[in-house]
Amino acid sequence: MPAPPCASCGKARAALRRPRSGQALCGACFCAAFEAEVLRTVLAGRLLPPGAVVAVGASGGKDSTVLAHVLRALAPRLGLALHLVAVDEGIGGYRDAALAAVRRQAARWELPLTVVAYADLFGGWTMDAVARSTAGSGRSRSCCTFCGVLRRRALEEGARRVGATHIVTGHNADDMAETVLMNFLRGDAARLARGGGLGSRGEGGALPRCRPLQLASQKEVVLYAHSRRLDYFSEECVYAPEAFRGHARDLLKRLEAARPSVVLDLVHSAERLALAPAARPPRPGACSRCGALASRALCQACALLDGLNRGRPRLAIGKGR
Amino acid sequence: MVWQVLEGLSRDSAKRLRFVPGIVYVDEGAACGRSPEDRAKTLSEARLVLEAVGFPHHEVALEEVFSLPPSVLRRPAQGPAETQAQGDYKAAVDTFLQQQLVLGAQDSLPPAPGEGQLHHPQGLPGPQSWTAAQTQALCRLFESVKTLTAREELLQTLRTHLILHVARAHGYSKVMTGESCTRLAIRLLTNLALGRGAFLAWDTGFCDERHGDVVVVRPMREHTLKEVAFYNRLFAVPSVFTPAIDTKAPEKASIHRLVEAFLLRLQAQFPSTVSTVYRTSEKLTKAPREGCASGPRCLLCMCTLDIDAADSATAFGAQSCSHLSPMQLPPLPAEAGTPPTPCCPPGPGRAQGADERQDAQAHFLEQLCYGCRVNMKELASLDPLPPYIQAEAQLRSQRAWVRREIQEFLIEDGGDGEDGQS
Repeated sequence: MPAPPCASCGKARAALRRPRSGQALCGACFCAAFEAEVLRTVLAGRLLPPGAVVAVGASGGKDSTVLAHVLRALAPRLGLALHLVAVDEGIGGYRDAALAAVRRQAARWELPLTVVAYADLFGGWTMDAVARSTAGSGRSRSCCTFCGVLRRRALEEGARRVGATHIVTGHNADDMAETVLMNFLRGDAARLARGGGLGSRGEGGALPRCRPLQLASQKEVVLYAHSRRLDYFSEECVYAPEAFRGHARDLLKRLEAARPSVVLDLVHSAERLALAPAARPPRPGACSRCGALASRALCQACALLDGLNRGRPRLAIGKGR
Repeated sequence: MVWQVLEGLSRDSAKRLRFVPGIVYVDEGAACGRSPEDRAKTLSEARLVLEAVGFPHHEVALEEVFSLPPSVLRRPAQGPAETQAQGDYKAAVDTFLQQQLVLGAQDSLPPAPGEGQLHHPQGLPGPQSWTAAQTQALCRLFESVKTLTAREELLQTLRTHLILHVARAHGYSKVMTGESCTRLAIRLLTNLALGRGAFLAWDTGFCDERHGDVVVVRPMREHTLKEVAFYNRLFAVPSVFTPAIDTKAPEKASIHRLVEAFLLRLQAQFPSTVSTVYRTSEKLTKAPREGCASGPRCLLCMCTLDIDAADSATAFGAQSCSHLSPMQLPPLPAEAGTPPTPCCPPGPGRAQGADERQDAQAHFLEQLCYGCRVNMKELASLDPLPPYIQAEAQLRSQRAWVRREIQEFLIEDGGDGEDGQS
């Protein structure tokens, strides 16, 4: 049976159906619609003012690849200067291949690339070393906790090196939905209170961060990458199966099968959560050691590294802080 | 829960509860597709147990929603303080949970004074308060909703309205429901997934005053299901089992089932999951997030509407815009100045009748909060809905239209000018 004509331009044959609305669109119209929606998000949320120097967190995966591509297409209209910042966590066998993909992208799109490595920034600690150090504690390793915190510090550092004014990351709607589920399951009221918006405004000297792809579902991101034939690295991190997020992801997949709009419904719920004032995080100050944004005396990155260096990796994790 | 209240009201207890209880039993057999004989059998079993308790009890069938007045959906202006005279009112809502009832008269039954001359329906299978036509209408309503998720939510809504009505009719000021900690944790996650994140505090908190004069309280929210089961067994509390709308449904059938299975599975692996989720629910407040003013209330669930503007950078904005963009190829708007468009794009060459129906449906959906909207979108038309909902919806949309007409002449209190918007 021949494919129906595209619903918007009516000329070309439809190549795909949009997951959100079920419409049949040709590749070009879909990409145009996708880019238009990202543009609308950026404009309506006033995320990136004209003249901003934007550091794109590039991991080589599909989300950051699509983000970089879309922003590059929209950059002239928005008046942005883009830089790619890649973080090398030191996970053998995984990160090297991903970084190679980022390098290819930077070369193809002629965007300046900066690579920041954990080993340089954090006194020789790579993720593999962290994993070995936390492996002996009996329960699950929680190396994802370390990686997340340290990566944000590394991204901030990389952004400063290129003189950026904003940081963007490629989190999509599915990531946000998983995050809110995960935070509820773990009872993390502070993170629930902080999340939900389109990014943080950057208090106390930290650079403002935002997530332009936040309202695009993962399926659409993949469709976009496929339509534009983008080259990205698609394997899962070696440590991912141990992460708690896996449970939330599993639940989300099943919920999506029962009701396709559940991803955006969860994002809407997260935007509208009202938490008691006592549960909200305290006003941010500065870390006493490195000067970064912190809500306690030491920022989380310094606290984690402290624990690692003292041979007590779980020092800053859990309730005993 | 009933047994606990009985204990609390007895003369021997240290701190005697001070209210006058009644019991409501809602027969939902029509929604679950049970035959009239099955329903009558369950009803007589339930009656036996209810009469042994000795509290005044009211049995209502879900079909009676078709005879509810539209005032059920209106929030009365006065506070609940005045009408304490007739005491409190209890409702065993979870008919698929084991209803806790007491058997035997070893405890002294509470001769609570001022029990009121409440009218008990007699124990015989007397005249039904509903007609076969209503049963059919109910079945039609539930069949017109396609997914089990939306059906469960609809059932919940109708049940709440019915119980509210019974409470108001008999002058009760509080409704107690028997949800346990586990059930509330499941409901919390389910409501998150349904888009009701703004109202979690009302849906799962201890006291829920959004209906104005009748307050819904949940006294059992600290007890887990396991504790309840052990209690029932140890104290030989008899119960009546009735199949619910989702009995024997496969796990993937609805969001409620999925979340329940997931949470119980996770609980087996991480034993603190349910209590963690429950503790998180305690940290939720009822105040809206800063920046959201109080406005009109949802037609069905009576919470303040949580809808953003159609072109805002939120999940709602993204969904409402995606309906429009393929129709008109967007010439990338310069600033956020997209003119607001009607939420239902008029298709070319459609019949006039269908247009009106679409309009009526669009107006109906506009009066609902995000979560109710997602559910009600599955209804093909508004006809199967009970008359009280349709009447109230029409009334509200009429009022909204009138208000829009005279908007520019109204003086807002404390106002930042709302005029000239449209």
